[in-house]
Amino acid sequence: MSDVLGNPMIPPDASDSLAVLEKQRSTAETFGIPLAVLLEITHRCPLQCPYCSNPVELDRSGKELTTEEWKKVLSELAEIGVLQVHFSGGEPTARKDLVDLVKHASDVGLYTNLITSAVLLTREKLSDLADAGLCHVQISFQGVEEGLADRVAGYKNGHRKKLEVAKWTRELDLPLTVNAVMHRQNLHQLPDIIQMSVDLDADRLEVANVQYYGWALKNRAALMPSVAQLDECTRIVEEARERLKGTLAIDYVVPDYYALRPKKCMGGWGRQFFNISPAGKVLPCHAAESITGLDFESVRSNHSIAWIWQNSEAFNRYRGTGWMKEPCKSCEFREIDFGGCRCQAFALTGDAANTDPACALSPLHETIFKQAEREAEGETSRFLYRNFAGGTLESENGA
Amino acid sequence: MAGPRHISVSEASRPVLPRHAKLKYDETRKVWVILAPERVLAPDEIAVEVLQLCNGERNVGDIADALAAKYASPREAILADVIVMLQDLADKGFLTEAREKTS
Repeated sequence: MSDVLGNPMIPPDASDSLAVLEKQRSTAETFGIPLAVLLEITHRCPLQCPYCSNPVELDRSGKELTTEEWKKVLSELAEIGVLQVHFSGGEPTARKDLVDLVKHASDVGLYTNLITSAVLLTREKLSDLADAGLCHVQISFQGVEEGLADRVAGYKNGHRKKLEVAKWTRELDLPLTVNAVMHRQNLHQLPDIIQMSVDLDADRLEVANVQYYGWALKNRAALMPSVAQLDECTRIVEEARERLKGTLAIDYVVPDYYALRPKKCMGGWGRQFFNISPAGKVLPCHAAESITGLDFESVRSNHSIAWIWQNSEAFNRYRGTGWMKEPCKSCEFREIDFGGCRCQAFALTGDAANTDPACALSPLHETIFKQAEREAEGETSRFLYRNFAGGTLESENGA
Repeated sequence: MAGPRHISVSEASRPVLPRHAKLKYDETRKVWVILAPERVLAPDEIAVEVLQLCNGERNVGDIADALAAKYASPREAILADVIVMLQDLADKGFLTEAREKTS
Protein backbone atom coordinates (compact mmCIF):
# COMPACT_ATOMS: atom_id res chain seq x y z
CA MET A 1 0.00 0.00 0.00
CA SER A 2 0.96 3.57 -0.26
CA ASP A 3 3.14 5.54 2.03
CA VAL A 4 1.47 8.75 1.02
CA LEU A 5 -0.60 9.11 4.12
CA GLY A 6 2.00 7.87 6.47
CA ASN A 7 4.48 10.44 5.42
CA PRO A 8 3.40 13.99 4.87
CA MET A 9 4.20 14.82 1.32
CA ILE A 10 5.53 18.04 0.03
CA PRO A 11 3.22 19.10 -2.78
CA PRO A 12 5.07 20.10 -5.94
CA ASP A 13 3.87 23.66 -5.51
CA ALA A 14 0.97 25.61 -4.12
CA SER A 15 -0.34 28.72 -5.75
CA ASP A 16 -2.02 31.66 -4.09
CA SER A 17 -5.52 30.87 -5.17
CA LEU A 18 -5.31 27.12 -4.75
CA ALA A 19 -3.58 26.27 -1.56
CA VAL A 20 -3.58 22.71 -0.36
CA LEU A 21 -6.13 22.82 2.41
CA GLU A 22 -4.09 20.78 4.89
CA LYS A 23 -1.40 23.42 4.70
CA GLN A 24 -3.56 26.48 4.68
CA ARG A 25 -6.04 25.57 7.38
CA SER A 26 -4.15 23.63 9.92
CA THR A 27 -6.40 21.60 12.13
CA ALA A 28 -3.75 21.90 14.80
CA GLU A 29 -5.52 24.34 17.07
CA THR A 30 -8.81 22.57 17.32
CA PHE A 31 -7.98 18.99 16.37
CA GLY A 32 -10.84 19.28 13.92
CA ILE A 33 -11.81 16.14 12.11
CA PRO A 34 -9.27 15.25 9.40
CA LEU A 35 -10.09 15.91 5.76
CA ALA A 36 -9.12 12.42 4.68
CA VAL A 37 -9.15 9.05 6.39
CA LEU A 38 -7.31 5.87 5.49
CA LEU A 39 -9.43 2.74 5.66
CA GLU A 40 -7.38 -0.42 5.83
CA ILE A 41 -10.30 -2.70 5.12
CA THR A 42 -8.28 -5.91 5.17
CA HIS A 43 -4.75 -7.08 5.84
CA ARG A 44 -5.11 -9.90 3.32
CA CYS A 45 -2.89 -9.38 0.28
CA PRO A 46 -1.53 -11.70 -2.39
CA LEU A 47 1.72 -9.71 -2.49
CA GLN A 48 4.47 -10.16 0.09
CA CYS A 49 6.43 -6.90 -0.18
CA PRO A 50 9.21 -6.87 2.40
CA TYR A 51 8.56 -3.19 3.26
CA CYS A 52 4.82 -3.48 3.80
CA SER A 53 3.52 -0.70 6.03
CA ASN A 54 1.06 -3.02 7.75
CA PRO A 55 1.94 -4.11 11.27
CA VAL A 56 3.97 -7.29 11.70
CA GLU A 57 0.99 -8.62 13.68
CA LEU A 58 -1.63 -8.73 10.94
CA ASP A 59 -5.40 -8.83 11.56
CA ARG A 60 -6.84 -12.12 10.31
CA SER A 61 -9.94 -12.10 8.14
CA GLY A 62 -12.19 -13.30 10.97
CA LYS A 63 -11.51 -10.04 12.82
CA GLU A 64 -12.42 -7.78 9.90
CA LEU A 65 -15.39 -5.45 10.15
CA THR A 66 -18.43 -6.66 8.25
CA THR A 67 -19.91 -4.88 5.23
CA GLU A 68 -22.59 -3.32 7.41
CA GLU A 69 -20.04 -2.16 9.95
CA TRP A 70 -17.91 -0.50 7.25
CA LYS A 71 -20.99 1.19 5.78
CA LYS A 72 -21.88 2.56 9.19
CA VAL A 73 -18.31 3.85 9.52
CA LEU A 74 -18.51 5.55 6.10
CA SER A 75 -21.78 7.26 6.97
CA GLU A 76 -20.39 8.44 10.27
CA LEU A 77 -17.21 9.78 8.66
CA ALA A 78 -19.20 11.81 6.12
CA GLU A 79 -21.44 13.15 8.86
CA ILE A 80 -18.58 14.47 11.00
CA GLY A 81 -16.87 16.24 8.10
CA VAL A 82 -14.43 13.82 6.51
CA LEU A 83 -14.23 14.60 2.77
CA GLN A 84 -12.13 11.78 1.34
CA VAL A 85 -11.54 8.15 2.10
CA HIS A 86 -8.74 5.94 0.87
CA PHE A 87 -9.67 2.28 0.51
CA SER A 88 -6.49 0.47 1.29
CA GLY A 89 -5.20 -2.66 2.98
CA GLY A 90 -3.62 -5.15 2.67
CA GLU A 91 -5.22 -5.43 -0.69
CA PRO A 92 -8.67 -3.78 -0.60
CA THR A 93 -9.88 -5.70 -3.67
CA ALA A 94 -9.45 -8.92 -1.65
CA ARG A 95 -12.75 -7.95 -0.03
CA LYS A 96 -15.71 -9.10 -2.08
CA ASP A 97 -17.84 -6.15 -0.93
CA LEU A 98 -15.53 -3.40 -2.21
CA VAL A 99 -17.90 -2.22 -4.96
CA ASP A 100 -20.69 -2.05 -2.40
CA LEU A 101 -18.52 -0.03 -0.01
CA VAL A 102 -17.40 2.40 -2.73
CA LYS A 103 -21.01 2.86 -3.77
CA HIS A 104 -22.03 3.60 -0.20
CA ALA A 105 -19.15 6.05 0.25
CA SER A 106 -20.18 7.88 -2.93
CA ASP A 107 -23.82 7.93 -1.83
CA VAL A 108 -22.92 9.67 1.42
CA GLY A 109 -20.79 12.22 -0.47
CA LEU A 110 -17.26 10.99 0.15
CA TYR A 111 -14.50 11.29 -2.46
CA THR A 112 -13.04 7.83 -2.92
CA ASN A 113 -9.50 6.73 -3.66
CA LEU A 114 -8.49 3.13 -4.26
CA ILE A 115 -4.98 2.20 -3.17
CA THR A 116 -4.28 -1.15 -4.76
CA SER A 117 -1.66 -3.62 -5.92
CA ALA A 118 -4.05 -4.23 -8.86
CA VAL A 119 -3.22 -7.91 -9.27
CA LEU A 120 -6.70 -9.15 -8.30
CA LEU A 121 -8.62 -6.71 -10.50
CA THR A 122 -10.47 -7.66 -13.65
CA ARG A 123 -11.59 -5.10 -16.19
CA GLU A 124 -15.17 -5.78 -15.23
CA LYS A 125 -14.50 -5.23 -11.53
CA LEU A 126 -12.70 -1.97 -12.25
CA SER A 127 -15.56 -0.83 -14.43
CA ASP A 128 -18.03 -1.69 -11.64
CA LEU A 129 -15.94 0.36 -9.22
CA ALA A 130 -15.98 3.31 -11.63
CA ASP A 131 -19.76 3.00 -11.95
CA ALA A 132 -20.01 2.90 -8.16
CA GLY A 133 -18.41 6.35 -8.11
CA LEU A 134 -14.72 5.61 -7.58
CA CYS A 135 -12.80 8.86 -8.14
CA HIS A 136 -9.16 7.82 -8.34
CA VAL A 137 -6.94 4.76 -8.60
CA GLN A 138 -3.46 4.41 -7.18
CA ILE A 139 -1.45 1.38 -8.26
CA SER A 140 1.75 0.28 -6.59
CA PHE A 141 4.71 -0.74 -8.74
CA GLN A 142 7.79 -2.53 -7.45
CA GLY A 143 10.02 -1.76 -10.41
CA VAL A 144 9.91 -1.37 -14.21
CA GLU A 145 10.59 -4.89 -15.35
CA GLU A 146 9.07 -8.11 -14.17
CA GLY A 147 12.23 -9.82 -13.01
CA LEU A 148 12.89 -7.40 -10.18
CA ALA A 149 9.32 -6.21 -9.65
CA ASP A 150 7.88 -9.69 -9.21
CA ARG A 151 10.76 -10.68 -6.96
CA VAL A 152 10.20 -7.69 -4.64
CA ALA A 153 6.47 -8.38 -4.51
CA GLY A 154 7.00 -12.10 -4.09
CA TYR A 155 4.29 -12.62 -6.71
CA LYS A 156 4.73 -14.07 -10.19
CA ASN A 157 3.37 -12.13 -13.19
CA GLY A 158 2.25 -9.31 -10.93
CA HIS A 159 4.07 -6.60 -12.85
CA ARG A 160 2.48 -7.55 -16.16
CA LYS A 161 -0.96 -7.49 -14.52
CA LYS A 162 -0.35 -4.07 -13.01
CA LEU A 163 0.51 -2.63 -16.42
CA GLU A 164 -2.71 -4.04 -17.79
CA VAL A 165 -4.84 -2.63 -14.98
CA ALA A 166 -3.17 0.77 -15.31
CA LYS A 167 -4.21 0.79 -18.96
CA TRP A 168 -7.81 -0.12 -18.09
CA THR A 169 -7.84 2.62 -15.47
CA ARG A 170 -7.13 5.27 -18.09
CA GLU A 171 -9.49 3.68 -20.61
CA LEU A 172 -12.22 4.09 -18.01
CA ASP A 173 -11.16 7.74 -17.68
CA LEU A 174 -10.15 7.33 -14.05
CA PRO A 175 -7.13 9.35 -12.92
CA LEU A 176 -4.12 7.21 -12.16
CA THR A 177 -1.38 7.57 -9.59
CA VAL A 178 1.68 5.35 -9.80
CA ASN A 179 3.07 4.59 -6.38
CA ALA A 180 6.68 3.48 -6.50
CA VAL A 181 8.25 2.42 -3.24
CA MET A 182 11.97 2.89 -3.63
CA HIS A 183 14.93 1.24 -1.92
CA ARG A 184 18.50 0.18 -2.61
CA GLN A 185 17.53 -2.68 -4.92
CA ASN A 186 15.32 -0.66 -7.29
CA LEU A 187 16.52 2.95 -7.09
CA HIS A 188 18.56 2.50 -10.27
CA GLN A 189 15.25 2.06 -12.12
CA LEU A 190 13.87 5.45 -11.09
CA PRO A 191 14.36 7.21 -14.47
CA ASP A 192 12.55 4.33 -16.17
CA ILE A 193 9.77 4.37 -13.54
CA ILE A 194 9.21 8.04 -14.29
CA GLN A 195 9.03 7.28 -18.02
CA MET A 196 6.72 4.31 -17.35
CA SER A 197 4.37 6.63 -15.45
CA VAL A 198 4.27 9.04 -18.38
CA ASP A 199 3.68 6.16 -20.82
CA LEU A 200 0.84 4.86 -18.63
CA ASP A 201 -0.72 8.34 -18.78
CA ALA A 202 -0.61 8.69 -15.00
CA ASP A 203 -1.35 12.09 -13.48
CA ARG A 204 0.79 11.57 -10.44
CA LEU A 205 3.78 9.58 -9.38
CA GLU A 206 4.71 9.02 -5.78
CA VAL A 207 8.38 8.34 -5.35
CA ALA A 208 8.19 7.02 -1.83
CA ASN A 209 11.40 5.87 -0.27
CA VAL A 210 10.83 3.09 2.22
CA GLN A 211 10.20 4.20 5.79
CA TYR A 212 11.74 1.79 8.21
CA TYR A 213 9.11 0.46 10.59
CA GLY A 214 7.52 -2.94 10.95
CA TRP A 215 8.32 -5.18 8.01
CA ALA A 216 10.71 -2.68 6.49
CA LEU A 217 12.69 -2.45 9.71
CA LYS A 218 13.13 -6.24 9.61
CA ASN A 219 14.38 -5.84 6.02
CA ARG A 220 16.44 -2.71 6.53
CA ALA A 221 19.78 -4.30 5.63
CA ALA A 222 18.37 -5.44 2.27
CA LEU A 223 16.65 -2.13 1.49
CA MET A 224 18.61 0.82 2.84
CA PRO A 225 20.05 3.01 0.08
CA SER A 226 23.39 4.78 0.33
CA VAL A 227 23.61 8.55 0.73
CA ALA A 228 25.01 8.77 -2.81
CA GLN A 229 22.07 6.77 -4.20
CA LEU A 230 19.65 9.02 -2.41
CA ASP A 231 21.30 12.21 -3.63
CA GLU A 232 21.05 10.88 -7.17
CA CYS A 233 17.39 10.04 -6.59
CA THR A 234 16.66 13.59 -5.42
CA ARG A 235 18.45 15.02 -8.45
CA ILE A 236 16.44 12.81 -10.82
CA VAL A 237 13.14 13.78 -9.16
CA GLU A 238 13.93 17.50 -9.31
CA GLU A 239 14.91 17.32 -12.96
CA ALA A 240 11.78 15.32 -13.84
CA ARG A 241 9.45 17.65 -11.95
CA GLU A 242 10.67 20.56 -13.99
CA ARG A 243 10.63 18.68 -17.29
CA LEU A 244 7.18 17.13 -16.76
CA LYS A 245 5.36 20.09 -15.28
CA GLY A 246 1.74 19.92 -16.38
CA THR A 247 2.12 16.29 -17.47
CA LEU A 248 3.09 14.35 -14.37
CA ALA A 249 3.06 15.61 -10.79
CA ILE A 250 5.70 13.94 -8.64
CA ASP A 251 5.46 13.59 -4.88
CA TYR A 252 8.66 12.66 -3.15
CA VAL A 253 9.42 11.14 0.23
CA VAL A 254 13.00 10.66 1.40
CA PRO A 255 14.04 8.08 3.98
CA ASP A 256 14.33 10.01 7.21
CA TYR A 257 17.48 8.20 8.29
CA TYR A 258 19.49 10.54 6.14
CA ALA A 259 17.75 13.71 7.21
CA LEU A 260 19.06 15.97 9.94
CA ARG A 261 15.61 16.92 11.10
CA PRO A 262 12.85 14.37 11.62
CA LYS A 263 9.69 14.38 9.56
CA LYS A 264 6.50 15.84 10.98
CA CYS A 265 5.07 12.36 11.03
CA MET A 266 1.31 12.23 10.38
CA GLY A 267 1.39 16.02 10.62
CA GLY A 268 1.85 15.44 14.34
CA TRP A 269 0.21 12.67 16.37
CA GLY A 270 -3.56 13.11 16.48
CA ARG A 271 -3.50 16.42 14.66
CA GLN A 272 -4.68 15.76 11.11
CA PHE A 273 -4.80 12.07 10.44
CA PHE A 274 -6.33 8.84 11.58
CA ASN A 275 -6.86 5.46 10.03
CA ILE A 276 -9.13 2.54 10.76
CA SER A 277 -7.67 -0.95 10.88
CA PRO A 278 -9.35 -4.06 9.42
CA ALA A 279 -10.66 -4.94 12.88
CA GLY A 280 -12.04 -1.42 13.38
CA LYS A 281 -9.40 0.16 15.60
CA VAL A 282 -9.15 3.92 15.22
CA LEU A 283 -5.42 4.67 15.01
CA PRO A 284 -3.32 7.86 14.93
CA CYS A 285 -1.07 6.20 12.34
CA HIS A 286 -1.14 2.88 10.51
CA ALA A 287 1.88 1.68 12.47
CA ALA A 288 0.59 2.85 15.86
CA GLU A 289 -0.30 -0.64 17.05
CA SER A 290 3.43 -1.40 17.10
CA ILE A 291 3.67 0.80 20.20
CA THR A 292 2.88 -1.48 23.09
CA GLY A 293 1.06 -0.18 26.12
CA LEU A 294 -1.38 1.98 24.18
CA ASP A 295 -5.02 0.97 24.11
CA PHE A 296 -6.74 1.88 20.85
CA GLU A 297 -10.50 2.14 20.78
CA SER A 298 -12.60 0.45 18.14
CA VAL A 299 -15.52 1.62 16.05
CA ARG A 300 -17.24 -1.36 17.68
CA SER A 301 -17.03 0.35 21.08
CA ASN A 302 -19.80 2.52 22.47
CA HIS A 303 -17.92 5.67 21.52
CA SER A 304 -18.40 7.62 18.32
CA ILE A 305 -15.47 8.10 15.96
CA ALA A 306 -15.49 11.82 16.74
CA TRP A 307 -15.28 11.05 20.47
CA ILE A 308 -12.40 8.65 19.96
CA TRP A 309 -10.54 11.26 17.91
CA GLN A 310 -11.07 14.01 20.46
CA ASN A 311 -10.97 12.23 23.77
CA SER A 312 -9.41 8.81 23.68
CA GLU A 313 -6.32 8.20 25.74
CA ALA A 314 -4.29 6.93 22.79
CA PHE A 315 -4.91 10.05 20.68
CA ASN A 316 -4.17 12.40 23.55
CA ARG A 317 -1.06 10.63 24.77
CA TYR A 318 1.33 12.23 22.25
CA ARG A 319 -0.76 15.17 21.12
CA GLY A 320 0.77 18.62 21.29
CA THR A 321 4.02 19.04 23.21
CA GLY A 322 3.14 18.33 26.84
CA TRP A 323 4.36 14.72 26.72
CA MET A 324 7.83 15.65 25.47
CA LYS A 325 11.12 14.98 27.17
CA GLU A 326 14.44 16.62 26.41
CA PRO A 327 15.82 17.39 23.88
CA CYS A 328 12.34 17.90 22.35
CA LYS A 329 10.85 19.73 25.31
CA SER A 330 12.91 22.89 25.00
CA CYS A 331 13.61 22.59 21.27
CA GLU A 332 12.71 25.52 19.05
CA PHE A 333 11.38 23.07 16.43
CA ARG A 334 9.04 21.21 18.80
CA GLU A 335 5.93 22.56 17.14
CA ILE A 336 7.42 22.22 13.66
CA ASP A 337 8.09 18.48 13.68
CA PHE A 338 6.55 17.38 17.00
CA GLY A 339 9.60 15.27 17.73
CA GLY A 340 9.27 13.15 14.58
CA CYS A 341 7.71 9.72 14.48
CA ARG A 342 6.46 8.06 17.68
CA CYS A 343 6.50 4.57 16.15
CA GLN A 344 10.10 4.97 15.05
CA ALA A 345 11.09 6.36 18.46
CA PHE A 346 9.49 3.31 20.07
CA ALA A 347 11.00 0.82 17.64
CA LEU A 348 14.52 2.19 17.93
CA THR A 349 14.67 3.40 21.54
CA GLY A 350 11.95 1.44 23.34
CA ASP A 351 10.11 4.60 24.39
CA ALA A 352 7.69 6.40 22.07
CA ALA A 353 8.16 9.61 24.07
CA ASN A 354 11.84 9.82 23.18
CA THR A 355 13.05 12.02 20.36
CA ASP A 356 12.83 10.20 17.03
CA PRO A 357 16.43 9.13 16.32
CA ALA A 358 16.01 10.52 12.80
CA CYS A 359 16.60 13.89 14.48
CA ALA A 360 20.24 14.98 14.69
CA LEU A 361 19.53 16.16 18.25
CA SER A 362 18.69 12.63 19.37
CA PRO A 363 21.58 11.06 21.29
CA LEU A 364 21.05 7.96 19.15
CA HIS A 365 21.11 9.68 15.77
CA GLU A 366 24.80 9.19 15.08
CA THR A 367 24.76 5.48 15.98
CA ILE A 368 21.74 4.77 13.82
CA PHE A 369 23.00 6.78 10.90
CA LYS A 370 26.31 4.92 10.94
CA GLN A 371 24.51 1.60 11.15
CA ALA A 372 22.32 2.52 8.17
CA GLU A 373 25.39 3.54 6.20
CA ARG A 374 27.04 0.22 6.95
CA GLU A 375 23.90 -1.66 5.96
CA ALA A 376 23.68 0.30 2.72
CA GLU A 377 27.19 -0.83 1.81
CA GLY A 378 26.55 -4.41 2.95
CA GLU A 379 26.03 -7.60 1.00
CA THR A 380 22.59 -8.52 2.32
CA SER A 381 19.97 -8.61 -0.40
CA ARG A 382 17.64 -11.42 0.68
CA PHE A 383 14.18 -10.36 1.72
CA LEU A 384 12.00 -11.45 4.58
CA TYR A 385 8.63 -11.60 2.84
CA ARG A 386 5.53 -10.31 4.56
CA ASN A 387 2.86 -12.87 5.44
CA PHE A 388 0.53 -13.94 8.22
CA ALA A 389 3.09 -16.47 9.45
CA GLY A 390 5.46 -13.74 10.64
CA GLY A 391 7.52 -13.64 7.46
CA THR A 392 9.36 -16.06 5.17
CA LEU A 393 12.99 -15.61 4.20
CA GLU A 394 13.71 -15.48 0.50
CA SER A 395 15.64 -18.51 -0.74
CA GLU A 396 19.32 -18.16 -1.68
CA ASN A 397 18.62 -18.06 -5.38
CA GLY A 398 15.71 -15.63 -5.09
CA ALA A 399 11.91 -16.15 -4.96
CA MET B 1 -9.81 8.54 -22.62
CA ALA B 2 -9.11 12.05 -21.53
CA GLY B 3 -8.00 14.53 -24.15
CA PRO B 4 -4.47 15.83 -24.54
CA ARG B 5 -2.97 16.20 -21.11
CA HIS B 6 -1.39 19.58 -21.41
CA ILE B 7 -3.89 22.31 -22.11
CA SER B 8 -3.13 25.91 -22.74
CA VAL B 9 -5.86 28.20 -21.45
CA SER B 10 -6.87 31.02 -23.78
CA GLU B 11 -9.83 33.32 -24.22
CA ALA B 12 -11.49 30.73 -26.46
CA SER B 13 -11.06 27.76 -24.10
CA ARG B 14 -14.18 26.20 -22.65
CA PRO B 15 -12.87 24.94 -19.33
CA VAL B 16 -14.58 22.42 -17.12
CA LEU B 17 -13.53 20.45 -14.07
CA PRO B 18 -12.75 16.81 -14.93
CA ARG B 19 -14.83 14.14 -13.22
CA HIS B 20 -12.14 13.47 -10.66
CA ALA B 21 -12.00 17.09 -9.44
CA LYS B 22 -15.11 17.98 -7.51
CA LEU B 23 -16.01 21.47 -6.36
CA LYS B 24 -17.95 21.12 -3.15
CA TYR B 25 -19.11 23.27 -0.26
CA ASP B 26 -17.77 21.79 2.93
CA GLU B 27 -20.61 22.21 5.44
CA THR B 28 -18.42 21.31 8.40
CA ARG B 29 -15.71 23.89 7.78
CA LYS B 30 -17.86 26.39 5.90
CA VAL B 31 -15.47 26.66 2.96
CA TRP B 32 -15.49 25.71 -0.68
CA VAL B 33 -13.09 22.90 -1.55
CA ILE B 34 -11.90 21.09 -4.65
CA LEU B 35 -11.64 17.38 -3.99
CA ALA B 36 -8.92 15.83 -6.13
CA PRO B 37 -6.87 12.64 -5.96
CA GLU B 38 -5.47 12.54 -2.44
CA ARG B 39 -5.68 16.31 -2.22
CA VAL B 40 -8.13 18.80 -0.86
CA LEU B 41 -7.61 22.22 -2.38
CA ALA B 42 -8.97 25.42 -0.94
CA PRO B 43 -9.84 27.80 -3.78
CA ASP B 44 -10.15 31.45 -2.81
CA GLU B 45 -13.41 33.34 -3.36
CA ILE B 46 -12.54 34.51 -6.84
CA ALA B 47 -11.44 31.04 -7.89
CA VAL B 48 -14.73 29.61 -6.63
CA GLU B 49 -16.65 32.20 -8.59
CA VAL B 50 -14.71 31.44 -11.77
CA LEU B 51 -15.06 27.68 -11.33
CA GLN B 52 -18.80 27.95 -10.85
CA LEU B 53 -18.93 29.57 -14.26
CA CYS B 54 -16.85 26.80 -15.87
CA ASN B 55 -19.53 24.54 -17.28
CA GLY B 56 -17.89 23.48 -20.52
CA GLU B 57 -20.28 25.78 -22.44
CA ARG B 58 -18.95 29.22 -21.58
CA ASN B 59 -15.52 30.13 -22.85
CA VAL B 60 -12.97 32.09 -20.85
CA GLY B 61 -13.95 35.28 -22.65
CA ASP B 62 -17.59 34.81 -21.57
CA ILE B 63 -16.45 34.28 -18.00
CA ALA B 64 -14.39 37.48 -18.07
CA ASP B 65 -17.41 39.35 -19.48
CA ALA B 66 -19.62 38.09 -16.68
CA LEU B 67 -17.16 39.04 -13.95
CA ALA B 68 -16.34 42.42 -15.50
CA ALA B 69 -20.04 43.26 -15.56
CA LYS B 70 -20.62 42.02 -12.02
CA TYR B 71 -17.73 43.93 -10.49
CA ALA B 72 -17.73 46.87 -12.92
CA SER B 73 -14.02 46.28 -13.50
CA PRO B 74 -11.79 46.45 -16.57
CA ARG B 75 -12.35 43.31 -18.60
CA GLU B 76 -8.72 42.97 -19.76
CA ALA B 77 -7.38 42.82 -16.20
CA ILE B 78 -9.98 40.26 -15.18
CA LEU B 79 -9.34 38.16 -18.26
CA ALA B 80 -5.63 38.04 -17.49
CA ASP B 81 -6.26 36.98 -13.88
CA VAL B 82 -8.76 34.32 -14.88
CA ILE B 83 -6.35 32.83 -17.42
CA VAL B 84 -3.54 32.66 -14.86
CA MET B 85 -5.80 31.00 -12.30
CA LEU B 86 -7.20 28.45 -14.74
CA GLN B 87 -3.81 27.68 -16.25
CA ASP B 88 -2.50 26.94 -12.78
CA LEU B 89 -5.38 24.56 -12.20
CA ALA B 90 -4.79 22.96 -15.60
CA ASP B 91 -1.08 22.53 -14.85
CA LYS B 92 -2.03 20.66 -11.71
CA GLY B 93 -4.23 18.35 -13.80
CA PHE B 94 -7.52 19.58 -12.35
CA LEU B 95 -8.97 21.26 -15.40
CA THR B 96 -9.99 19.96 -18.75
CA GLU B 97 -11.49 21.48 -21.87
CA ALA B 98 -14.84 20.76 -23.40
CA ARG B 99 -14.39 19.53 -26.95
CA GLU B 100 -15.03 22.04 -29.70
CA LYS B 101 -18.59 21.87 -30.86
CA THR B 102 -19.33 21.94 -34.55
CA SER B 103 -22.30 24.23 -34.57
